[in-house]
Amino acid sequence: MEVTTKGMPYEAFKDNEYIEKLADELRANGTNVVVGSLDKLINWGRSNSIWPLTFATSCCGIEFIALGAARYDMARFGWEVARASPRQADFIMVAGTIVHRMAPVVRRLYDQLAEPKYVIATGGCAVSGGPFKNSYHVLKGVGEIIPVDVYVPGCPPRPEAMIYGIMQLSRKMRVERFFGGVNRQENREEFLRNHPIDNTEE
Amino acid sequence: MYDLSVITTWIHDLLSSFMPQWLTVTTECVLIGVGLLLVYAVLALFYIYFERKVCAAFQCRLGPNRVGPFGVLQSVADMFKILIKELITLNHTDKFLFALAPFLVIIASMLAFAVLPWGNGIQVIDFNIGIFFLIAVSSIGVLGILLAGWSSNNKFTLIGALRSGAQMVSYELSIGLSVLTMVAFAGTMSVSGLVEAQHDVWFIFSGHIPAIIAFIIYIIAGTAETNRGPFDLPEAESELTAGYHTEYSGIHFGFFYLAEYLNLFIVSGVAALLFFGGWMPLHIPGWESFNVVMDYIPSVIWFLIKAVALSFVIIWFKWTFPRLRIDQLLSLEWKYLLPINLCNLVLMVLIIVKGWHF
Amino acid sequence: MANIQETIAKQFAEAAFTEGDQLLVNIPDAKWHDLARFLKETPELSFDYLVAIVGMDWTDEFGCIYYLTSTKYNTHISVRVATADRENPMLHSVTDLWAVAGIYEREVYDFFGIVFIGNPDMRRLFLRNDWVGFPFRKDYDTDPEVNPVRLDHEAVEDTTVTYVEDETGKVVKKDVTIFEPDDFVVNIGPQHPATHGVLRLRTAVDGETIKKIDLYLGYIHRGIEKLCEGLGYPQTLHFTDRLDYLSAMNNRHCLCLCIEKALGLEVPRRAQVIRVMMDELMRISSHLLFIGTFCMDLGATTMLFYALRERETILDILEKTCGARMTFNYNCIGGVIADLDENFVADVKKFIEIMPKAIKEYNKIFTGNVIAHNRMDGVGVLSKEDAVSYGVTGPSGRASGWACDTRKTNPYGIYSELEFDEIVRTEGDSMARYKVRIAEIEQSVRILEQLVDNIPDGEICAKVPKIVKLPEGHWFQQVETARGAFGVFIESKGGTSPTRMKFNSPGFCLAGAIDHLTRGAKIADLITIGGSLDYVVPDIDR
Repeated sequence: MEVTTKGMPYEAFKDNEYIEKLADELRANGTNVVVGSLDKLINWGRSNSIWPLTFATSCCGIEFIALGAARYDMARFGWEVARASPRQADFIMVAGTIVHRMAPVVRRLYDQLAEPKYVIATGGCAVSGGPFKNSYHVLKGVGEIIPVDVYVPGCPPRPEAMIYGIMQLSRKMRVERFFGGVNRQENREEFLRNHPIDNTEE
Repeated sequence: MYDLSVITTWIHDLLSSFMPQWLTVTTECVLIGVGLLLVYAVLALFYIYFERKVCAAFQCRLGPNRVGPFGVLQSVADMFKILIKELITLNHTDKFLFALAPFLVIIASMLAFAVLPWGNGIQVIDFNIGIFFLIAVSSIGVLGILLAGWSSNNKFTLIGALRSGAQMVSYELSIGLSVLTMVAFAGTMSVSGLVEAQHDVWFIFSGHIPAIIAFIIYIIAGTAETNRGPFDLPEAESELTAGYHTEYSGIHFGFFYLAEYLNLFIVSGVAALLFFGGWMPLHIPGWESFNVVMDYIPSVIWFLIKAVALSFVIIWFKWTFPRLRIDQLLSLEWKYLLPINLCNLVLMVLIIVKGWHF
Repeated sequence: MANIQETIAKQFAEAAFTEGDQLLVNIPDAKWHDLARFLKETPELSFDYLVAIVGMDWTDEFGCIYYLTSTKYNTHISVRVATADRENPMLHSVTDLWAVAGIYEREVYDFFGIVFIGNPDMRRLFLRNDWVGFPFRKDYDTDPEVNPVRLDHEAVEDTTVTYVEDETGKVVKKDVTIFEPDDFVVNIGPQHPATHGVLRLRTAVDGETIKKIDLYLGYIHRGIEKLCEGLGYPQTLHFTDRLDYLSAMNNRHCLCLCIEKALGLEVPRRAQVIRVMMDELMRISSHLLFIGTFCMDLGATTMLFYALRERETILDILEKTCGARMTFNYNCIGGVIADLDENFVADVKKFIEIMPKAIKEYNKIFTGNVIAHNRMDGVGVLSKEDAVSYGVTGPSGRASGWACDTRKTNPYGIYSELEFDEIVRTEGDSMARYKVRIAEIEQSVRILEQLVDNIPDGEICAKVPKIVKLPEGHWFQQVETARGAFGVFIESKGGTSPTRMKFNSPGFCLAGAIDHLTRGAKIADLITIGGSLDYVVPDIDR
């Protein structure tokens, strides 16, 4: 099964083995025809309509604006409906450094996103802490507090890299089973169990 | 002009030939309901796509072009996505009102659909006070917005709802008065009557100066009614995140999203009805052959083209102007539009009495 | 300089003077407030602009170095105040003299734990309230166990503390109310579309009218100044690109100038010209982004796309030479790191042609619009006195009538040879701030026009030793970025890395003035004012 998205040939993607593995998992136990086709339809819709949350902390955010502008135009793929409210967004693009004071805020934003939700860590800082790794106030990657689906390295990544990252997310969505929970949530549930919020009430 | 009521009469005859009358009526109601819902959904999807393409064109971009040919399936994909999104229930809110609000908004715009003159003979219901009914039901929407803002138990939504309340209440006046101006000109409140009255010349031409003033005020107030830029204060993204629907997710948010576009259609549809003859083709007195040619274009197409063209103007506003501030918004209505509108009504009455119109 | 020294020495016998790149006055804390008042209020001195407060830990004592400038005479002075008490370090506040001191002193308190007697608000500024220790102290415990990543939310406080001296001279702690219990407090940020990053403004509103704003910073505080202390000088350069990423070139230019000043290095002419051209390209691109985001904040989304269209052409030029779109890493100690791209001159010429047309287009779409005028005229008026007192420099300061362009007042590089006007307006409102930036784009284009055909041949970088060691001492250098006067302070003990490096960012002062500017304005005006100040949050938080 060639999992691809419109606008880029299958061979051009770099990590096809990973997606193949996910696709195999998806097909492992066979599928009811009705549920299967319904899944396909839903996944077609989901993977073609990925709305980002407008969330940016530093330089990567400016590149994210550039991604929306005329030259890179993410509207071509239907990603331009950037929602300011996390309830209505599909994924959070962590664009920029996450520091200690911001960590609970990012976690809350993640919790406020409506299911199904995804995370793209954009830029060196969100991936691993980047140039500020040794600081007393910087997280070594946003993966410490929320589960990340796609990592986009760079400082800041070029808009092309961001497009590639979101396309990869779109491909990941296609090899999920919406009914029956294959390839989704199992790692996440565990992650969230291991990173509890100490005190949810203000 | 081909009368489409032939079709509806044929369906009615067919059904009543083998059904008792009560069943016929029930079936017809169901059919109309399903039909309306379908039109509603298709129109909304079209409008979302239309706006995204138009906005892209204004901004030197391409807009959606990957999903389906020219990206036409983009809004369909969005619809699937929104349908399966989680509906988040909040703590410390009035759950009943919270769930009720999006439905109120959607019902308001749906009721308005019932009296729109879709084409020659296809109008769900033809009241003698049709336009009055339209204004009445379109005000229900503000109730939904107020409820949404209040029941979310969030300060941003509350401010958004209050802004919306102030805005709607003010601009209803302008809408009402400019409609009144045209009703006075036509001498009828019935929607079909309004359309028939424009058989020879559209009101925007026959009513000349007062009609044009009324049209301009109507289109400004209509933009405000639909909460669109430059009057999008209730959901001003840079001020109130997403305004009154900040806390809504999934299809509840989808309802608000759809209703915004459908209201846009309704406002432009009513403008088409009042000033551009509804479904009536363009007739120029004296040019008989031209009029006959125009008559060949189906009435439904006429209506849709007029509505979409007017919507284009409203979309154009949004992507050109900056947003107003709340006090400027209110002073625009109360200090400028309302007095002008009142004078315009007097002018119109004068013109009717003196017969200075075409 | 001698004149100033005499005037001070006459009045303050305790003052000791050191010559450096600026005159440094040593004064005991007990006399500091009197000296501050003397410096500000004596007509022949009138040091009315507090440039920076640099908190210091000299291991044996804590203290601050204050940098002052007189806007009237364009003279500079620095004052060193220290306390030997390491347990309870306390200094006297100067908030009553310079408004900007309030936020500067909070920063010093946050990093060094120095309490300022008389500052009305002694809370932490960047770090969480439950943070343990003061990170910039040399004996700070860096163990991550002490300050782990906390996922619980900070408690929201409506009160703060202040320290005041009573009649006997004893310092007592007092509570200060920020918000009354029945205030309607809206929390804007840190994740909000209009705060241009992660700024948090707790806003008390009365209907739509703003009563008070409480500013929270630190949501992107990366501790860059502390990180610099462990790195060699060439390694510290890359952080400047990530402070105010929209004036990356200018920031880095500043740090390079400061290090070159300390080394006594002569930069080749070619490198100087290239640096100035890059600075001006950067300034245009930053102002273009300002126009775009500001208009978007006001609801005119389409302008963003037009402004970004021109910005992309600048990024193309920069990318061809530097290889990056945002963090360029281009200036280096002694010059620039790589030679210009072969198409550079042609590209810049092309750009010079399209820019005036584009500005005409912006004016047509936005500047003349009635709604835009209604939204901006008379909104957020900042008087000249307040601009100086709050340290609001850059285009925002110049919109208030304060001629504060470092390129004119203290020219660096080759700016003294160039012909350009300093744009100064007097209205001080949001419209003036917007128009100043538009006019500055034109002036930057003018500078580019003068230089594009006159790039001399020669070396691009001076001979710099492999290991950069600065002599003992401290230096302060300012340049004009797109947002205002950006300053770099370096203190060296003669090693390969600084003992203290401080970036004095213009955005910090802009953020400090928000509360003052928005009192009594509408919520929508807050967005206008914030947008027109054009701060960049990573620049504020560092």
